[in-house]
This record gives sequence, C-alpha cells and structure tokens, in this order.
Amino acid sequence: MTLAHAPAPARPTRSPLVGYLIRRLGTSVLLLFGVTIVTFVLTNLVPGDPVAAALGEGAASNPQTVAAYVERYGLDQPLPLQYLAYLGNLMQGDLGTSLTTGRPVTTDLAAAVPATVEIAVGAILVSLVVSVVLGTLAAYRRGLVTDQVVRVVSLVGLSVPTFWLALVAFNFFFLGLGIAPGSGRLSPQYTPPPTVTGLYSVDFLLNGDSVGFFDAMAHLALPVFVLSLFTIGLLTRFIRTSVLEVLDRDFVRAARAKGLGGGRIVLDYVLRGASLPILTVVGIAFGSLLSGTVLVEAVFAWPGLGTYAYNSATSLDLPGVMGVGLVVGVIYLVVNFVVDLLYGFLDPRVRLG
Amino acid sequence: MIRRRRLPIPRAWVSPLAILGIVIAIAWVIVAITAPLWVPYEPNAQGLPRLQEPGVDTLLGTDAVGRDVFSRLMTGASVTIPLALLLVAVSLVLGTVLGAVAGYFGGWIDEVLMRVTDLVMAFPTVILAMVVAASLGPSLFNAVLAAIVVSWPAYARVTRSLVLGLRQQNYVLAGRLLGFSPLRSLLVDILPNIAGPVVVLATLDVGTAILLLSGLSFLGLGAQPPTAEWGSMISSAIQNFDAWWIGAFPGLAILTVVLAFNFIGDSLRDVLDPVSSGERQAAGVATAPTAKSDAAPSGTAAAS
Repeated sequence: MTLAHAPAPARPTRSPLVGYLIRRLGTSVLLLFGVTIVTFVLTNLVPGDPVAAALGEGAASNPQTVAAYVERYGLDQPLPLQYLAYLGNLMQGDLGTSLTTGRPVTTDLAAAVPATVEIAVGAILVSLVVSVVLGTLAAYRRGLVTDQVVRVVSLVGLSVPTFWLALVAFNFFFLGLGIAPGSGRLSPQYTPPPTVTGLYSVDFLLNGDSVGFFDAMAHLALPVFVLSLFTIGLLTRFIRTSVLEVLDRDFVRAARAKGLGGGRIVLDYVLRGASLPILTVVGIAFGSLLSGTVLVEAVFAWPGLGTYAYNSATSLDLPGVMGVGLVVGVIYLVVNFVVDLLYGFLDPRVRLG
Repeated sequence: MIRRRRLPIPRAWVSPLAILGIVIAIAWVIVAITAPLWVPYEPNAQGLPRLQEPGVDTLLGTDAVGRDVFSRLMTGASVTIPLALLLVAVSLVLGTVLGAVAGYFGGWIDEVLMRVTDLVMAFPTVILAMVVAASLGPSLFNAVLAAIVVSWPAYARVTRSLVLGLRQQNYVLAGRLLGFSPLRSLLVDILPNIAGPVVVLATLDVGTAILLLSGLSFLGLGAQPPTAEWGSMISSAIQNFDAWWIGAFPGLAILTVVLAFNFIGDSLRDVLDPVSSGERQAAGVATAPTAKSDAAPSGTAAAS
C-alpha cells in the first residue's frame, strides 16, 4: 500500500498529511518535467525544418538569424543537451517569439492569463452551483421524471459543440435581442481598472467602481454561460452518483430517524459527505474548461489564452501554440495539485492517517 | 470449474433515449453513405448567389462564396462520421491491447505504459490535440492522428484495471495451470469480460471524437478548405456574423450526432452497470481523465 518514499512509521511526530503532501508534490514536479518533455518532443517533431517553423519564412531566409537561433537553442547539440538548453530557456521565461504578434510569447501569455482565469473561475463557480442543485435533485428523485430530465440536460451539455454555442449565443443575445453587451471584456467607453488581480470584475470592486463592475460582469455573462454548459453536464452526472452513494449511508439514515428536516440533511450530511468526490471531479472539470476556452474565447474576442491559441493555431504560429500548450499544461497541473491539497486537508483518512 | 460470462447483450433494453439515439445515429450514417447521390448541389461548387438566406432554392441558404449550405452539411456527414468511427476504433484497439498487456504481465511494461498515459492525461484533451496537430501540420489526417494520441489512454487505463482484477480469478488461474498460453488466456478467458465496459466507453467516445475533430477543424488544424466539414463551416461563419445560417446548421448537425451516440452509450452503461459506478470513467472520456482521478483515491489508500 505504502509507496517507497512514504514516511517511516518510526517517526510518529510527522503528520501523515505531510507525507501525503510530499508524495503529491513529487508527482506534480515529475509531471511538470513530463509536460516540458512533451512540448520539447513536439517542437522537434515538426515535419520539415523546425527552425523555419519557429522563426517564420522571412527570418529563416537570413543565415545569420538562423545561426543565432541554432546556437541559442543548442540545435547543433545532441538531443538530451538540446532538451537541457530548452529547459534552461524555459526557466528564464523564454518561450520563443510569436510569429503573429512579433512579441515574446511569454509577454503575450502573461497578458492573456488573467482574462482566461476570470472566465474559467466564473464558469467553475456557476457550474458547481447549478450542478450541485441538479445532481442532488436527480439523486433524490432517482428514476422519476425529474431524474430523466436532468439526465437529458446533462447529456445535451456534454454533446453541444461549445464553439458553435458561443456563436449562436452571441448572434442571438447580442445581434438578435441586443440584451448582451458586445465582444471583449469591457464596453469601449470604459477604461480597464487599475491592475491588482488582473480580473476586471474584482479590480473594479476593489476600486469601488460599481458601474465598471457591472459592465465587466455583463461582458462575462455570455462566455461564462457557454463555457459552463459542458462542465454542468460533466459535474451533474458525477454529483448525482456521489449523492446517491451518500444517501444509502447509515449516518444519513440516522439523521432522518432523528427527525431532522430535509434541508438540514441535504446541506449538513449529504453534500458534506459527497464533497470529497465532488472536489476530485472539479479538478477534471477544470481541464475541460481550459479546453473550452480555446474554442470559445475567439468568438467573443475575449483577450485570453483561448483567443491567443485560436489566432496562433489558425495562422500556424508554432511558438504561440506551444506556449499555450505549456502554460495550460502547467495551470492544469497546479489546479489539480491544489485540489489534491484540499483533498488531503478535508479527508480525515489522509489528515489523521 | 471454468466460469465464463457471456458477452453482455442488453435484452430488456427499451430505454426511449436509447431508441431515439439509435434512430438518429442510423439516419446520420445513412446520410453519410448516400449524401453524394442526392444532394441538390455540388458541395464545393460556388455558382450560387452569395450569402442567400434559407429559402426554396437553397434550403439552408448559401455561404460567403456562394456554396449551398444544405449540400455541404449533408456531405459533411460523410467526412466526419467515418473518421470519428475510425479514430475510435484505432484508439480502442491500441488502448485495449496495450492496457491488456500491461495489466496481464505487469512489471516494467506496466510501469512505462502507465507513465505514458499519465503524461498524456496531464494535458486537457483539446489543448494536447491542438499542440500535436499544429506540430504535425494542418490536415484532416493529422487531426485524426492527434485525436488518437489523446484518446487511447482512456482505453488502456480501463482495460488494465479490469485485467488486473480478472487475472487473479480462479477460472483464469485454472486456465493457466492447464498450460494455456497468455494469448489464449487473454483472448478467451479475459476479453469477453472486459468487452462490456470497453464498448460503453467506445460508444460515448464517438461523440467526444466528433467534437474533437470538428473542434480541431474549427481551429484550422483539421479539414482544409474547401472540404465540407462541420467544424470548418462553423469557423467560416465567424467572419459573417449576420449570416447566422452558415454556422447554425453545422452545429446542429454535430449536436444531434453526438447526442445520439451519448444517448446510446449512456443507456448501454445503465444496462451493463446499474449501480452507475462507471460514471467516473465516463467523466474521463468526455474530458481528459487526469492522473488525478486515480491519484487522489490511491493517495488516500496509501495514507490510511
């Protein structure tokens, strides 16, 4: 059961949580290297001339530029050394130069991350609330009409092509009904708030600017709704299962026997009991959200990672695409690591050993 | 005593959702096969008036270069559906074989394979597929390759864990004591028992595959113009927001096909696994099943 580097039982002073955290940290660091190996291999896999792919046709026709590039990335060295050079450049934040914008990919990505974090966090919150309600409802009404309806709703959520939904929603609510604001993060008449977190909605609030806040929220609404649908489908099914499992437990039956009200039981017993599996699947759902942003943001001209990926992919800007792959891979890794940390803190079996 | 379960065939299977799914799926497959014979216009012909609204002549309107949207939509079925089925089949065979070998023999093969799946699952699906497709170069073939790269690990994982469980069953051990070869043991004793969950996975995966392929085409990394492919049709609609019909109908096509396969897969799962314990796996199919989904519970087990 125990892994090779699990804490030795001879040292009872160390909490089992610490061992758990160390193990998880180790796995995450290994996967981090794995992620860089994947992007490195893919960069070298490019058919034809990788140098030309990285520099663009114009720059690649200049022998001096090519020579400088080859030396900088150690391309005349054997592959393992090339990887070390690649890693060294990554450590210094060098992801190459975007062929589309002409700026360093790192600069572009740093500017794009907050916008994506804003809709991703929004979408996770919305989908959690909606799917907890739907999933619990379906579990309580197992086999009844409500259960069936929730099932169809979540299957539809899993089946909708998000990029299409984004297009249709934008057409309908903005061009058709005119109730949604246009594309981007803010209406043109507003200036972005002073940067604190990079999330416009939060920064406006911190600045006490309610008009700006509402405009930012209005712009968030559609992208968040579109992104949430898939995640709602995913989470609802899972929450239904988790709640069903908990409903059968003795402690829920005991609470019922004590005569506690339905609402109390749902909140204090059932959802608390189901919170660990829900937490686990939220990490997975975050991955699908990040996937979704790549397909959704461009439609709303939302200046995040997704739009950047879309622009890079459609114009075959390989450094840009690789940069997005790497950054998203790392974000995903970090999110899942945080989820595992929370899991460790919340699960008494991990915390107390 | 050699006990063998029969391949589970749903007998009392009358879920309305499943029937609806089968009807829609069959309809689309028929369209995919026969569309070239009866579509009113050549799908790539540009002779019609541009950006015409849906009407009598052109049922679903025309696009920005004067092509008939309806003809392209129907032809699109014969691009996407066969490719999606092919890519699911390849991922299934690849993943199942690797997973079975890893689960049956264990050792370093198992270790290497699991680390590779960890690596693939460390990325969100679409992101990895995008990166792979971009580095291979934009083409429908490369998009399918990229989709296979991200899809096979789910099968390998499921197969491996099932084989691990079955390997120690008495009837399999009995076979081994009788001197059956590993191949016979895997094919005759084990395969019939893992077919059910793997088939469910594959059915749900057809939908995921269609979403992934059309998504890659939407990003310009799959089908290239002028191919009538649903994802790239939607992509071209971004330049013409006012002409809603260019993008709306291809999306409905994707939605109905994917929904049909999800209805079928979901009902199949109910029949094979009434307790719905399979939902964890399904969640994994729909997105990237991360190392997490395995890691957290196993970490718990290790600590307790």
